Amino acid sequence: MYPSSKYSSRGPALIPRMKIKHRIYYITLFSVVLLGLIATGMFQFWPHSIESSADWTMDKRSVHDAPLVRLPVSSPIPERGDLSCRMHTCFDVYRCGYNPKNRIKVYIYPLQRFVDEVGVPISSTGLSREYNDLLSAISDSDFYTDDVSRACLFIPSIDVLNQNSLRVRETAQALAMLPRWDKGMNHLLFNMLPGGPPDYNTALDVPRDRALLAGGGFSTWTYRQGYDVSIPVYSPLSADVELPERQPGPRRYFILSSQTAIHREYRAELERLKEENGEALLLLDKCSNLSQGAASVRKRCCKGQVYDYPQILQESSFCVVLRGARLGQAALSDVLQAGCVPVILADSYILPFSEVLDWKRASVVIPEEKLSEMYTILKSIPHRQVEEMQRQAQWFWEAYFSSMKAIGLTTLQIINDRIYPYAARSYEQWNNPPVVKWASVNSPLFLPLIPPRAPGFTAVVLTYDRVESLFRVITEISKVPSLAKLLVVWNNQNKSPPEGEKKFKCPECTALDGLSLDQTHMVERSECINKFASVFGTMPLKVVEHRADPVLYKDDFPEKLKSFPNIGSL
Amino acid sequence: MQAKKRYLILLSTGTCLILLFCLGGLQVPVLSQRGHNRRDDRSLSGSHPGQRWRRFLGPLQTFGSWQPERSDDYNGHMSPRQKREANLGVYTDKRCRMDSCFDFSLCVKNGFKVYVYPVQKGEKMSESYQNILSSIEGSRFYTANPAQACLFVLSLDTLDRDQLSPQYVHNLRAKVQGLPLWNEGRNHIIFNLYSGTWPDYTEDLGLDIGYAMLAKASISTENFRPNFDVSIPLFSKEHPRTGGDRGYLKHNTIPPFRKYMLVFKGKRYLTGIGSDTRNSLYHVHNSEDVVLLTTCKHGKDWQKHKDIRCDRDNAEYDRYDYREMLYNSTFCLVPRGRRLGSFRFLEALQAACVPVMLSNGWELPFSEIIDWNTAALWGDERLLLQIPSTVRSIHQDKILSLRQQTQFLWEAYFNSVEKIVLTTLEIIQDRVLRYSSRSYLMWNSLPGGLFTLPQYSTSLRDFPFYYAKLGIKPYPKFTAIIHVVTPLVSQSQPVMKLLTAVAKSQYCAQVIVLWNCDKPLPAKQRWPATAVPVIVIEGESKVISSRFLPYDTIPTDAVLSLDEDTVLSTTEVDFAFTVWQSFPDRIVGYPARSHFWDSNKERWGYTSKWTNDYSMVLTGAAIYHKYYHYLYTTYLPTSLKTMVDQMSNCEDILMNFLVSSVTKLPPIKVTQKKQYKETMMGQTSRASRWADPDHFAQRQTCMNKFASWFGTMPLVHSQMRLDPVLFKDQVSILRKKYRDIERL
Repeated sequence: MYPSSKYSSRGPALIPRMKIKHRIYYITLFSVVLLGLIATGMFQFWPHSIESSADWTMDKRSVHDAPLVRLPVSSPIPERGDLSCRMHTCFDVYRCGYNPKNRIKVYIYPLQRFVDEVGVPISSTGLSREYNDLLSAISDSDFYTDDVSRACLFIPSIDVLNQNSLRVRETAQALAMLPRWDKGMNHLLFNMLPGGPPDYNTALDVPRDRALLAGGGFSTWTYRQGYDVSIPVYSPLSADVELPERQPGPRRYFILSSQTAIHREYRAELERLKEENGEALLLLDKCSNLSQGAASVRKRCCKGQVYDYPQILQESSFCVVLRGARLGQAALSDVLQAGCVPVILADSYILPFSEVLDWKRASVVIPEEKLSEMYTILKSIPHRQVEEMQRQAQWFWEAYFSSMKAIGLTTLQIINDRIYPYAARSYEQWNNPPVVKWASVNSPLFLPLIPPRAPGFTAVVLTYDRVESLFRVITEISKVPSLAKLLVVWNNQNKSPPEGEKKFKCPECTALDGLSLDQTHMVERSECINKFASVFGTMPLKVVEHRADPVLYKDDFPEKLKSFPNIGSL
Repeated sequence: MQAKKRYLILLSTGTCLILLFCLGGLQVPVLSQRGHNRRDDRSLSGSHPGQRWRRFLGPLQTFGSWQPERSDDYNGHMSPRQKREANLGVYTDKRCRMDSCFDFSLCVKNGFKVYVYPVQKGEKMSESYQNILSSIEGSRFYTANPAQACLFVLSLDTLDRDQLSPQYVHNLRAKVQGLPLWNEGRNHIIFNLYSGTWPDYTEDLGLDIGYAMLAKASISTENFRPNFDVSIPLFSKEHPRTGGDRGYLKHNTIPPFRKYMLVFKGKRYLTGIGSDTRNSLYHVHNSEDVVLLTTCKHGKDWQKHKDIRCDRDNAEYDRYDYREMLYNSTFCLVPRGRRLGSFRFLEALQAACVPVMLSNGWELPFSEIIDWNTAALWGDERLLLQIPSTVRSIHQDKILSLRQQTQFLWEAYFNSVEKIVLTTLEIIQDRVLRYSSRSYLMWNSLPGGLFTLPQYSTSLRDFPFYYAKLGIKPYPKFTAIIHVVTPLVSQSQPVMKLLTAVAKSQYCAQVIVLWNCDKPLPAKQRWPATAVPVIVIEGESKVISSRFLPYDTIPTDAVLSLDEDTVLSTTEVDFAFTVWQSFPDRIVGYPARSHFWDSNKERWGYTSKWTNDYSMVLTGAAIYHKYYHYLYTTYLPTSLKTMVDQMSNCEDILMNFLVSSVTKLPPIKVTQKKQYKETMMGQTSRASRWADPDHFAQRQTCMNKFASWFGTMPLVHSQMRLDPVLFKDQVSILRKKYRDIERL
């Protein structure tokens, strides 16, 4: 572009003197050149987008295109996770560095298809829809980096959400083959369904060295507090079903049990409760007449009557979430979504995101042993609190359970808060639903301090040009014993403030006393108030009917004995 | 000229063409080549670093959470009951949890009661441990009967388990095993400040604790058994048993920066565990606003291990005064010593110097309930060099809030041995009474967990402290409780007038007449007819404290407490209630009294003179939150309540003490009609206690008794009275809403 611009700067002087023929010739020539340049420019930019869109459409980005990696039988296996791992012992903080944004950088390994020596895949599902969603959400977030050398946290694309679809040994070998594995340091695995029959371990059985585990269904004995992250078991139902909005309040049923895989001992216990308390309880089970499949997931039955699930959850104040073979249950998510207060019976279970969420405000945890006392326990909770819990439950779901994205980013935020604790989100930020966030008042000076008199106060006087009035204020206020400093803010660009000596004589002063209380002034102020309120989104001012006076104000009492006798004398 | 121009044009055209070629022509092959490469990458290695993760399209299987667990599998397996019992045997020692090592059944019948073993003769005990035991014995949890106990505390001093320490108790192992109630340590709690010794300072106590819980200082996250052990702060011998010093912060300064940004002054260990951290502090020291001083001079043979920096460090160390630095620094470094915790932690907290922890793996005191991110900063020993830039990056709003929180936490949980012990017990009580336990917010906001009793309610809305935080308002009505001690003789009796006036208030939901008179209850129809329900409750034991019982029949948040001879108009009541709505955590009322320190007699004095300030508002005519009834009844010790009942006096002073110790603020006096005093003090009724000359003297005694139980004087003076906005202003009386208050 440089030459042409150079030319055009001289152009106007040059062109008129040229012969017409030449002029046409040159103009044509330059038009061609210019067009050529434009075309080049377009050519340079178009192909990119053409190609990348080809990436999406023609190429389909199918999982089957992921490269195949064959694991040798002798490939090393990581050690089982170390129970004593903590951030300060098993996590390399140097990789996270000092960072003005206080945000960790997360790298995601590209997808590979691992197979054993005979070509059998290590996982029966491969990349699941949910893990794909999770990784995509992270890659779209501010945490993501594609620069492996800058990463603080590494997430393998090996899907271990459900242990049942994995070959444990081979998955472990695949992890160890990751180029940056380094004893699992700073690696994060997401697992929602740990363990397998018959024992159902409460943490992923895949040996994983020092890797952090975001697990659904930890027990207090497998959870490494401050290292692992307890996550929910995602319920895919929530993506399909949109429940109508329901305000907190009393519901048709008091307690609802809707899980299908409940141990027969517990089901017997629930039946007994139902007999004792009748209509307040609704016990549902799977429908025997429906064939297994997606449709049966959405139905529940009781004595031949069919109920829609999860809609029925909205009809109850409390919903039972009993442990199954595993501690973590997807039902918890459904229950929260419906704004039903979960009654969690799963001894030793570490509740999802318990590091930051205050579950006491959203749930009731009852020991399995006390199942038979559930009704009495729940009845003792005040109504107001039940409503608060319903609202809180719904909010927890919306913010932290509703999608794989929510689950993934919450997990990363928790780890981020540990690495930059001074920039961590506060309890209120994590736990207060938006309604509360808007309405609540958190004074920056919350400590009840009654400051001593000694430091006194600083008077700040704003003035424009009413110097006489200013001097009067200064004279009066300087008589106050506790005045420590007087600051005059001269708010007039056209005039310089009066000098020191002239201070109390002001010949040119014009009497401009008293703000004009005219109509426009009031209208302007009303407009201000409306404008401010709309910016604040609410009216923060509060009306009170009281005024503070000295204790003996206007009392029939000798004036000389009063601390502040002059008040109200004006 | 023409030729020159033509050359020029040719030249520029040429340049243009070259440029065109460079940009476009050459670009095309490069581009196609790159595209080719990319395809290759994908097909060959796939692990090309720097490749962006992108969503895969096409159908994928779900991970399978909707597939119900095969219930047959589960059912066929062990019954849940058997499984639970199996757990009990497995999860012991280092894996103890409440579920596996604690016997909840001991707490069912009598609630949370704590038994302290009787002290054996000849057993030596440190002062700190004596303080711990006497704090428990003075608490409402204490029981002398082991059969009623839920929790047991040894009378053997376990605080110092450093074998080299003079306080070390020998043969503890055998002594403990020999205790008849030991029961392998089940439901026992063992207090410990120091464990292990040179050189490795392990966290072993040198005795078999079995199933017992630990309340231990300097506990590490690896050894800490979550929700079973309690991490306590390290406190010194001089730490007061009760009362405790206030925090150092007297007023907030804005901007909140102090002379120093970050300070530390302490020993440096030349070798051994914990030496690394303190040995590297000098890297960060700048002798201006970051002052980190260490000395090598400690122990007998420091000269032997002395390194090249010792002399210079020691000299610098002597130049600064520890207290001066502590009180003038924004942040205080709290690096680990030999053990993880140090005295500095509490010192910094009290001094409103925000602690910056440099003690990797320390489970902070009461971490189960305290959100330390709101009052302290976590440094990482590995990132020592980043500490200055980290503390400098903290926004001043945050500093202001951190600093205030240090003061709240210090006064709520740490400033006396009693607070530390009670907090420990309350934490365990919360675990035991699972359904009535405090939420995190109750522990971490004013007035703190020790004043927020979840047995009253688990809902934040039911307490006077969280309205603003939750963005809600108290229930807009009140319940009047009239305390009656004289029989009904005439319809013109003051109590009748009072009842009528109060019931007329638009905010009155209900009137409760508390019949504490010896005469039998009058017939229902003798009470005046009112628009609101009047409930008559006959006081069971007719004691004065019964006026502060948390009656279930109080449906509102606010209580208007009244003496039978109080004279009030409806307007006065209305106004006081609107004031209370702005201050729901305080006592709002009419007649006020004051306390003062009588330096001649060296005791607290009580005065009813009209003065320019006050610190108490009499509960004969006051509005306050219903929760204080509960607190009065359950929080205060029986000894004080009995004293009040026996004298039939001072209950109002005690209530003021209680509320001020919760809020740290004075009560609020509102406008009253001037004849109030005369009527009230001049009551001629026989039973009027105000007429009794002993009455006043008793109140002096009460003040001092109460102050000694609280360990401090909680009352706060105020010079402010709240009047209606146009009160006695020179405007037409018709424009005033509460005009009756001005009319005499």
